[in-house]
Amino acid sequence: MPTVHDWINNPLAVVDGLFAQSNSSPDWEKKVVEYFKEKLKLNDAHTWVPSLNDVPLYYLKPNSLVKFRCMVQDMFDPEFFMGVYETNDLTSNSKQVKCGKYRDITVGGQVDFNSRNTVTSERQTFYCVPIPGESQWNSYAGTSQARVVPSTSYVPNRHKRSYEEDDEMDTQPQQMKDVSQACDGNVTPLTILWCPPKRQETEAPSHDSSSAHCTSSLDLNFPLPGEKGPACLVKVYEDWDSFKLNDMLEVFGILSADPALRVIADEREASLLLDPTEVTETVEEQRVHSPPASLVPRLHMLYAQPLVHNNPLLPSSAPENDGDRKTSSLLRIFRAELHTYLTHVLMGDSLAAEYLILHLISNVYSRRDVLPLGKFTLNLSGCPHSSPYTEHLYKAIQQLVPSSYRLCMSLHNMNNQRMVPRKDYTANRLVSGTLQLANNTSLFLDETQLEQGQLDATGVRNITALGNLISWQKVDYDFNYHQMEFPCNINVLITSEGRSLLPSDSQVHLRPTLNPPNLEEYLSAVQVAQIPSQLNKYRIYLSVARALNYTISDEITKAVEEDFVEMRKDDPQSMSAEDLHRLLVVARLLSLSHGQNTLSRDGWMKAKQLEALRISRTQQQKSVSGNEP
Amino acid sequence: MVRKRTVRCRSSSPHPGAGASPRSFAQKRSAGKIAACERCLCVFAAASEDPLSPPSQRSRAHDTSTELQPMPTSPAMDVSLFSSPMAPRSGASEIDASSPLMYGTPSSRVEGTPRSGIRGTPARQRADLGSVRKAPQVDMHSEPVSENAVAGSEQGAGQRLVIWGTDVNVGTCKEKFQRFLQQFTDPNSREEENAGLDLNEPLYMQKLDEISVVGEPVLNVNCSHIQTFDADLYRQLICYPQEVIPTFDMAINELFFDRFPDSILEHQIQVRPYSALKTRNMRALNPEDIDQLITISGMVIRTSQLIPEMQEAFFRCQVCAFNTRVEVDRGRIAEPAVCRNCNTTHSMALVHNRSAFSDKQMIKLQESPEDMPAGQTPHTTVVYAHNDLVDKVQPGDRVNITGIYRAAPMRLNPRQSQVKSVYKTHIDVIHFRKTDEKRLHGLDEDGEQKLFTKERVAMLKELAAKPDVYDRLSSALAPSIYEHEDIKKGILLQLFGGTRKDFTQTGRGNFRAEINILLCGDPGTSKSQLLQYVYNLVPRGQYTSGKGSSAVGLTAYVMKDPETRQLVLQTGALVLSDNGICCIDEFDKMSDSTRSVLHEVMEQQTLSIAKAGIICQLNARTSVLAAANPVESQWNPKKTTIENIQLPHTLLSRFDLIFLMLDPQDEAYDRRLAHHLVALYYQSEEQIEEEHLDMAVLKDYIAFARTSVHPRLSEEASQALVEAYVDMRKIGSGRGMVSAYPRQLESLIRLAEAHAKVRFSSKVESIDVEEAKRLHREALKQSATDPRTGFVDISILTTGMSATARKRKEEVAQALKKLIQSKGKTPAMKYQQLFDDLRGQSEAAITKEMFEEALRALADEDYLTVTGKTVRLL
Repeated sequence: MPTVHDWINNPLAVVDGLFAQSNSSPDWEKKVVEYFKEKLKLNDAHTWVPSLNDVPLYYLKPNSLVKFRCMVQDMFDPEFFMGVYETNDLTSNSKQVKCGKYRDITVGGQVDFNSRNTVTSERQTFYCVPIPGESQWNSYAGTSQARVVPSTSYVPNRHKRSYEEDDEMDTQPQQMKDVSQACDGNVTPLTILWCPPKRQETEAPSHDSSSAHCTSSLDLNFPLPGEKGPACLVKVYEDWDSFKLNDMLEVFGILSADPALRVIADEREASLLLDPTEVTETVEEQRVHSPPASLVPRLHMLYAQPLVHNNPLLPSSAPENDGDRKTSSLLRIFRAELHTYLTHVLMGDSLAAEYLILHLISNVYSRRDVLPLGKFTLNLSGCPHSSPYTEHLYKAIQQLVPSSYRLCMSLHNMNNQRMVPRKDYTANRLVSGTLQLANNTSLFLDETQLEQGQLDATGVRNITALGNLISWQKVDYDFNYHQMEFPCNINVLITSEGRSLLPSDSQVHLRPTLNPPNLEEYLSAVQVAQIPSQLNKYRIYLSVARALNYTISDEITKAVEEDFVEMRKDDPQSMSAEDLHRLLVVARLLSLSHGQNTLSRDGWMKAKQLEALRISRTQQQKSVSGNEP
Repeated sequence: MVRKRTVRCRSSSPHPGAGASPRSFAQKRSAGKIAACERCLCVFAAASEDPLSPPSQRSRAHDTSTELQPMPTSPAMDVSLFSSPMAPRSGASEIDASSPLMYGTPSSRVEGTPRSGIRGTPARQRADLGSVRKAPQVDMHSEPVSENAVAGSEQGAGQRLVIWGTDVNVGTCKEKFQRFLQQFTDPNSREEENAGLDLNEPLYMQKLDEISVVGEPVLNVNCSHIQTFDADLYRQLICYPQEVIPTFDMAINELFFDRFPDSILEHQIQVRPYSALKTRNMRALNPEDIDQLITISGMVIRTSQLIPEMQEAFFRCQVCAFNTRVEVDRGRIAEPAVCRNCNTTHSMALVHNRSAFSDKQMIKLQESPEDMPAGQTPHTTVVYAHNDLVDKVQPGDRVNITGIYRAAPMRLNPRQSQVKSVYKTHIDVIHFRKTDEKRLHGLDEDGEQKLFTKERVAMLKELAAKPDVYDRLSSALAPSIYEHEDIKKGILLQLFGGTRKDFTQTGRGNFRAEINILLCGDPGTSKSQLLQYVYNLVPRGQYTSGKGSSAVGLTAYVMKDPETRQLVLQTGALVLSDNGICCIDEFDKMSDSTRSVLHEVMEQQTLSIAKAGIICQLNARTSVLAAANPVESQWNPKKTTIENIQLPHTLLSRFDLIFLMLDPQDEAYDRRLAHHLVALYYQSEEQIEEEHLDMAVLKDYIAFARTSVHPRLSEEASQALVEAYVDMRKIGSGRGMVSAYPRQLESLIRLAEAHAKVRFSSKVESIDVEEAKRLHREALKQSATDPRTGFVDISILTTGMSATARKRKEEVAQALKKLIQSKGKTPAMKYQQLFDDLRGQSEAAITKEMFEEALRALADEDYLTVTGKTVRLL
């Protein structure tokens, strides 16, 4: 009698079972996927599945079901494998038909290559990395209930292999119970959020071991410098065309970290000597495409869920929220609180806080030929030069958004950082760059760090890339012989002293009304004052507001048109098509931020007021700075 | 000695993937295999248990005789049942002869049709067909022999002897192919290779003649020809290339040496089929294509060094000097342990320089960017080139390759039985066809052979037949940008381009066919957006910003390759967009040196480079679409175009059309604009979908028109053009100005041709000229109107100054001179005072610039000099 968690601990047995039942009719593959989908749907079963993001690899049992929240960083070439093969058992002289799906290595006996039962299938490999720039609160809160507690799971998992099924059946349910009890005591994931030591304990050894294992040259190709976490080769069996580069996925799959895979790396030289004509890959290529499984495990995908957002506080499917009255009123409350908080963070500048909210919920919702619609790049000028203020501001934003990255635009960074991903043909992989980010990542460009000096060729290219990113929401990846354009959806916030040298949709000059004597103390006080549950509210608010649907009624359309004509009459210079574009975006974001999913006349007026306020401030600023010598 | 018995068909197909590639075809095939083995007696035992490392099978009879064991179950009489290539058999040792694959090896003499020509010409092993590889083993224990034998004999009873696993009958196949060669004509052929051939004579016979003259023993056969001639033969070729191509070889050689018995070739003729209609992109390859003939396109990204692959090892006994040859099997040599002559063990030594090697090269092919779905990274495939195909392609080349798709299982470790359940795939190339070759040498645009389906062409033609096609297309262009109809029309014509004309004979060189357009206007009038749109629309577009590009970035630069230490030419944006459009944003911010390289490109359409030992001229037949901002950030309507954008007039005159993108200030326009923009922000998904379709259609429409429509001027149209030009000249002459130059006439011709192309018309008619005139006039009206007089004055663009401005300048200078003269004999004057005096005297307002200009003019006359704040007379 298989236990409940059998499909988590030994999914391959399930696969084999279904395969055996099918009598080699081809629909068994569908059945397998269906089976796991069903299982995962049942009362939050997916939370029991241990996550690669949180659990160090060596605590996980090979060939068990795991999940991995990741971004597709690179796509390798498709490979052909033995979907079904036949083995000869030499001792018993019997033949067995076996299923090779979801496995890297054949099992049992000698493979008969000439068997007529063999079925060749195709699968695709994706190189996946954890979502770049995930905020700390995010990775902790995302911890599933199945977080393996080292003390209980470590020992059995370490020494067990899949063939010792009997033992596991006894121990595993027990463990699950332990874990869920532990979690029950903790009430919400939030408490986990604020007591990270436990997590660090599990993290630490993994770090050590990886550095010990790691051949120093093995680069895991994370887009952002200083990232940690497991990279994974995800083998995709169906519909791989539906996945795109930089997609965020939650992959449920069978973990394969067979040490035999590592043998390849070790015996590379040996095989080179033996088989020079058969070797089609260079050493670099092998290192990239078959890294040791202990570092880069293989994950055979059973099922993947594309993530619309990576905010763990919301259900991972698209929040179908049509702004019914209850949520919209709730959103309004949250918004007011968030506005107050941001005003404090922005040292009392309520207008800037307003714009910051609009910026944070902006989202490219559509593209018209080359024009991305809905982006709202904000340039926060008037930030003090070389003060820790921007850093604190970033920290505050980091607390609010699921993933973010602060890019100091210092001369050194601009000249040396690789921002645009580049194809390395020797190793046959896409070398990542800072701008390879998942959708809705907040990119914080800190221009206050920029000093005088010369940009070299790389620097100019980087600036151009940033400009393209802001204007067209696309990054041109460098494929050496040609460039390829990848659309993206990244919220860019630029902090600068004066007007930024990069283009932006909207510029707000910061005008602090508070002048705390000790800036740092003040800012940390503001942050500490926010209790976690409050922060969570903001987080939920931002993600929900962003995902709301939005329409404009015909009536309002007419009104807006009238208004535009009116404004042009008064002063054609002050109102160009560009301005109308911006105004429409502001109106949209403003409505959404209030939880309304249509534009009302009121909303339009508010948007106009807001813009007028901003423009007058910018003009004042201009005249002030214009008088300067 | 013999531990286990296995039956192997030695005449079999040598590819390793066949047995291991387990699709339905392979199953059928292995079933047939046994039957064939039964029949053709090619049975012997092997002493191996490891399927991956068996001893050589292909070894000659004399060195494997110790292992050879005639299968007792196979009745010898069966042999006589079959005629054709399998039948004439002198015993187990000559088994190889039956296979067409081994055709050409010494054993081919048993073919029974001795021909001096063939026999005298050495055969060349076709490594591309994988003939070095061997058949997979078939285990007698697991395959119920009797069953298969029955199946086999049934097949045999049908009196069709086929190569096992296939339905290829060697005799029929040969005959069919010979008939094809002798009879196939293609009167409508447009291929370059067929130039100079009589299209009504059998095409391939003429090629055979060519071979006998040139002596290059390779015959390229277009698969689509075979398909039109005999669909069944074509199917066989695609499905069983390994068996069929050697049969073709056999056929062609017989035919050739029949016709030219005395000709001497380096080796026997090899047939190289190409453009199998299964042409597809790399992404579409799937397990069903294994061992089939495929044609895919892609770009070469890496080539390996030459790999000498041993084909046959030569061993000599150290004791008795007995020689023996062993064929190499999958990179392994089964070294004979015992000398068969003197029975000494381990006495055989390899003699390298008597062994046979063949060339091999690994090539990595990457999907061409056009074939890729958005948001995915390109796939790569490993390709092996053999013998003379080695070093035929370089990294960066766009090629179509025809070859056989292979898959081989991967070992985890040679010493382990465990197998990584993954196959390694590669393509053994048979034929390369560079797709960009013509671009480099030829003048035509045929390089972009974009294949359209018949329905697509019909659809495009239907669209072209509509009277309002011009308006339709122009409105489909960048729909998100509002109005600017004329600008869009201009860009549309630019996308189509004029007709290329060659006047090299008369010493004029090539005429520019590309249309250059400059957009200038206020910032924020979506100029960049238009540029981006165009860049995304055309296949060979480049987008650069004047701010970020240097002269070398636009043209080409020479650099030292870090690996080879050779100087290599790296091409820049203008060269890369040859035959495309180069979009240059912020044209005004370009440095002067960068701009200067554009002079040559924009009129001569070439780029000359002379640096670091490389002197060359590259083609840069690119249209330039540039956008410039006015110097004062806002367009000053009181100034001329030149003054507003501060570009040298030499460059400006090279633009066919210069458009101003200004903000029209008019209520109705505002209303429409607002409506358009608001709609943009809440348009439904379907509408967006609709537009996407439009963009695809537009792309195809342009591609089709560019490649297949080459309009020429009609009598009527040329008359209209002459009139238009004369009219333009007349306008100016009345006021003592020149309002048109030959360059403008050329522009008109180009525009008219482009408009004819839009209509898919092969003739330029007067309506085309009318539209060209209209558009040209519109553009001139915008850009060359003298703000002071309100007249269109082409000299603004050609000389940088309007005639009235020049006149005015002279007047001011004269007035100043008079003023100074009236002051008497003062040698020096205060600058400021002089200025004030002049202002007071003159009726018209005189600006400081005008004053300075006048001073400069007088200084040029050596009348005075200006030093600091004082003006001295000379």
